[in-house]
Amino acid sequence: MTNLIEIKGVTHAYKTPLGPLPVLDNLDIAVPEGEFCAVVGPSGCGKSTLTRLIAGLMKPDKGEVWLHGELVKGPRKTVGMAFQNPVLLEWRTILHNVILPLEIVAPSMPKKDREARAHELLTLVGLEGFEDKRPSELSGGMRQRASLCRAIVHKPDVLIMDEPFGALDAFTREDLWQTMHQLREKEPFTCVLITHDLRESVFLGDQVIVLSGRPATTQYVLDVQYPGERVLDGLYTPECSDMLHTLRDQIRIAQGRAGEDAA
Amino acid sequence: MKTALHKIGVPIAAIVIFLALWELLVWANGWPDYVMASPSDLPKAYSRFWELFLIGSWQTLWRTVAGLIIAVLAGTLLGMVMGFSRIARDALYPLLVGFNAIPKATLVPVLALLFIGQHNFNTVMMAFMISFFPIAVSVGIGLSTLEPEYRDILRSLGASRYTIFTKIALPKTLPEFFGALKVAVTLAFIGTNLVEIVSPHGRGLGALFLSAQTNSNYPLMFAVLIALAVLGIVLYYAVVYLERIFAGWAERPAT
Ligand SMILES: Nc1ncnc2c1ncn2[C@@H]1O[C@H](COP(=O)(O)OP(=O)(O)O)[C@@H](O)[C@H]1O
Ligand SMILES: [Mg+2]
Repeated sequence: MTNLIEIKGVTHAYKTPLGPLPVLDNLDIAVPEGEFCAVVGPSGCGKSTLTRLIAGLMKPDKGEVWLHGELVKGPRKTVGMAFQNPVLLEWRTILHNVILPLEIVAPSMPKKDREARAHELLTLVGLEGFEDKRPSELSGGMRQRASLCRAIVHKPDVLIMDEPFGALDAFTREDLWQTMHQLREKEPFTCVLITHDLRESVFLGDQVIVLSGRPATTQYVLDVQYPGERVLDGLYTPECSDMLHTLRDQIRIAQGRAGEDAA
Repeated sequence: MKTALHKIGVPIAAIVIFLALWELLVWANGWPDYVMASPSDLPKAYSRFWELFLIGSWQTLWRTVAGLIIAVLAGTLLGMVMGFSRIARDALYPLLVGFNAIPKATLVPVLALLFIGQHNFNTVMMAFMISFFPIAVSVGIGLSTLEPEYRDILRSLGASRYTIFTKIALPKTLPEFFGALKVAVTLAFIGTNLVEIVSPHGRGLGALFLSAQTNSNYPLMFAVLIALAVLGIVLYYAVVYLERIFAGWAERPAT
């Protein structure tokens, strides 16, 4: 089995006025092609730092990040990103927000094809008919859907999501989880999802990685065995309960280390 | 239809009421011309000195606009430097604030001595110096407060700094830029007039005001003030018009 994402022994510290702040410590993560990897961990442990390393926005002090068998040395065009803040451009319509990555990655692509591609994705996430609206005219959940479309419009092989549903209410969030599964059926991508919602990690992830408190290392890897189809009701089965319990316990352990840090 | 009436009718009614009150005030107090002219004196002043008004307005206008254009260019450039570089921001900020705090009237003689007889140049310079500050600050703040996610989305695709600037940073700062430009327009106008009034042998509406004063033509003085107000309004709304075109997206629907 080939791993599309390989993170090997990554160690990183931020330089701050108070001296180096170690954030990641000898971190190992492997995500096979097409898989969905959920990452959970205490707040401030270095999850966003991890996403920036995978995207090639920064280089680790030590260790290596490999994507598709290539060592990551800088930004690549084959990455898509989505954040908690949908960061849509207010002066563009929804359609043209989604098109933005294509303007950079595929400048020679005909306008018509770009629009068709964006339209196809917007339809897939249930935003048909909103193409010409401005972001401010949409609800938070709809904006996040548009942001997702923008993240995958250029068919990236890696989708990196940093707490994308964190600011949404519980029901909207569950709707978007289902949208993610629909997208996965149509659009092949390998995904790293940072989240602080354990149910989300189990519902969406093929594996869940628990990071320890700062400096983060891989504390626990859960291989998700979802009972049956990925439907919300599955979350209330004993199997899911067990997995959620295990994760809960692991987070507690991770926070224990973070607690010492704070004291 | 109703909104158009609203938009034009209300301001015009306000102006008419204002003129009527002014007239009433002068009439009730029985003030002679040399204390305060009344609106009914103004048409005479305008029709007698029509040509002087046209020439003066044009001179004031073009020099203000020229100063503003330089202020926009220089201010945007300064703002970009401050917005992108922390060091530049720390270095330039106190300098700019200090410069802005100097009352510009004190610079008139300095300019006059530096560039003797260059009346046009001095006027444009003053309009520029007095008005670039808000532009530089707004562009600088707009760029430095750009949320990092905006940059990351484009950077992760391998976009160049230039692309990030033109696709995101520049359009995103436009609303702040136009907000500052509205302030700058008024300031540049003040700068132009300051030089026109203070300089001997000046030109423009300011000089017309000065000569009206020397000749004790009080209605003319008031007529110049009104003409200045009208020019100021024209310039201001020209900026509002540009803002609609380039940053109209930032306008929220009225609630
Ligand atoms: N650019 C930076 N410079 C210095 N410290 C940083 C920087 N970015 C993040 N940090 C610090 O590194 C730690 C991990 O940050 P982050 O990766 O954002 O954590 P998480 O996403 O897990 O909450 C935090 O303590 C944060 O304050
Ligand atoms: Mg984070």
